[in-house]
Amino acid sequence: MAEVDEASKPLLRDLKAVGKKFGHVMYPKKSTTLLRDWDLWGPLLLCVTLALMLQGGSADSKEDGGPQFAEVFVIIWFGSVIITLNSKLLGGTISFFQSLCVLGYCILPLTVAMIVCRLVLLGGTGTASFIVRFIVVVASFGWSTFASTAFLADSQPPNRKALVVYPVFLFYFVISWMIVTFSPSHSDGTTDTGP
Amino acid sequence: MSTTENKNTNSTESWGGFDDNPIQGGGSAVIDMENMDDTSGSSFEDMGDMHQRMKEEEEVSEEAAATEEGDDGEFLGMKGVKGQLSRQVADEVWQAGKRQASKAFNLYANIDILRPYFDVEPIQVRNRLLESLIPVRIINFPQKIAGELYGPLMLVFTLVAILLHGMKTSGTVIREGTLMGTAIGTCFGYWIGVSSFIYFLAYLCNAQITMLQMLSLLGYGLFGHCVVLFVTYSVHFHSLFYILWLVIGGLSTLRMVAALISRTVGHTPRLILCGTVATLHMLFLLYLHFAYHKIVEGILDTLEGPNVPPIQRVARDIPEVSVALVNATVKMIGITLQSH
Repeated sequence: MAEVDEASKPLLRDLKAVGKKFGHVMYPKKSTTLLRDWDLWGPLLLCVTLALMLQGGSADSKEDGGPQFAEVFVIIWFGSVIITLNSKLLGGTISFFQSLCVLGYCILPLTVAMIVCRLVLLGGTGTASFIVRFIVVVASFGWSTFASTAFLADSQPPNRKALVVYPVFLFYFVISWMIVTFSPSHSDGTTDTGP
Repeated sequence: MSTTENKNTNSTESWGGFDDNPIQGGGSAVIDMENMDDTSGSSFEDMGDMHQRMKEEEEVSEEAAATEEGDDGEFLGMKGVKGQLSRQVADEVWQAGKRQASKAFNLYANIDILRPYFDVEPIQVRNRLLESLIPVRIINFPQKIAGELYGPLMLVFTLVAILLHGMKTSGTVIREGTLMGTAIGTCFGYWIGVSSFIYFLAYLCNAQITMLQMLSLLGYGLFGHCVVLFVTYSVHFHSLFYILWLVIGGLSTLRMVAALISRTVGHTPRLILCGTVATLHMLFLLYLHFAYHKIVEGILDTLEGPNVPPIQRVARDIPEVSVALVNATVKMIGITLQSH
């Protein structure tokens, strides 16, 4: 048992660090904790959770699925890399992994929104549920964008903040769009007959 | 840490290892590999640890070799030196490998090459966006084309986002591949592919334009596309699309054409170059509208019949509509067949 305890100490330490950063994202103030001790465990966890929950969405026919796991994964990481490169090219002082860390952690509000949407969808797919989902996703999209700009924009020269914020806006917009348009697939594959 | 490092470099110099030009620090590569030993990030601690351990082992073995040499004469002295030598070799290999990797990385991942093309202010970007719709009539004198990549890149990504929105609301079915992949592939393929093709033509026609300027010109031309598609994916009037296609597409095409004419001499080269640009630009907008939007028109037509005035066409929640539509159509076909 002593060896198990020993082995679990670094795991607990890392989990605690991740949890602390989640807290920082939910209440974004100007602290440098996220930047100083960057790590990529949190973003990986969030990315995998989001991709798993977006799995299994349906469209009209059987050939097209919702966004597949690999697609969501690639979009998030590829998008983060592009935004980081962009902010570095615009003269930012933040390092590559720090920026990846911030962008990954700021997906947390959108993941929470996805969970809420899934729960709302359990109750039905009518117009009311769509409105509720839409409002929740828009709110969390705004939260994510605001949180990440609170961390990222400080590293830019002051007159170029808009140039850095715009791709972040687009990135979270695409993810929000995937969440809003998600609809669960029917379990038996048959559709209900006519009106 | 610094003393062991000094010791290491001293022994390195005496041995004459794999030293080629040491990298002068401060390259602004994407990932700065000189800072890998810095343990502020949690992921790289083990590399720093390993290196530290190897240095300490080396120190210990050096001390051991020094004491043993005095005691036991040649044989054990040789063994001590050999052990130390093998460790030193391993350390050297590690250092050399890391240096080579850093150099290669600095060479290929050095984004400093692209830095000057991103040196813009927001106000400049806004002005260039608006100017992309205003043709300039100076054609005897090469027009100034800004060589910048931030605006075009952002416009391509915006176009991708708009396309995704349009594809989803029209219920496009992509058989092999994904919606996201198709949108990104289409937009980037157009931007880079058509720019390269027109640059090649410009080279043949002796036009004075660089690849960067061509990328920039075509990229800013996509602003018109973004506007048209954004409007027509929200408001589904067919005739409105054609009007916007002609007006806004035409304006941005004229701007590009005027810029190219001003940099080419001779009637035939001008004709070839500008004809190609105009054709590709306008056709791309047509393609974007129709390839990803056709289904909406088809569904609405079948649902309401041809005698409904176009003003009543609005966007609907497509999945439920299409399911009901398929069933209604099948029933109608069945009834028609039965009555015959």
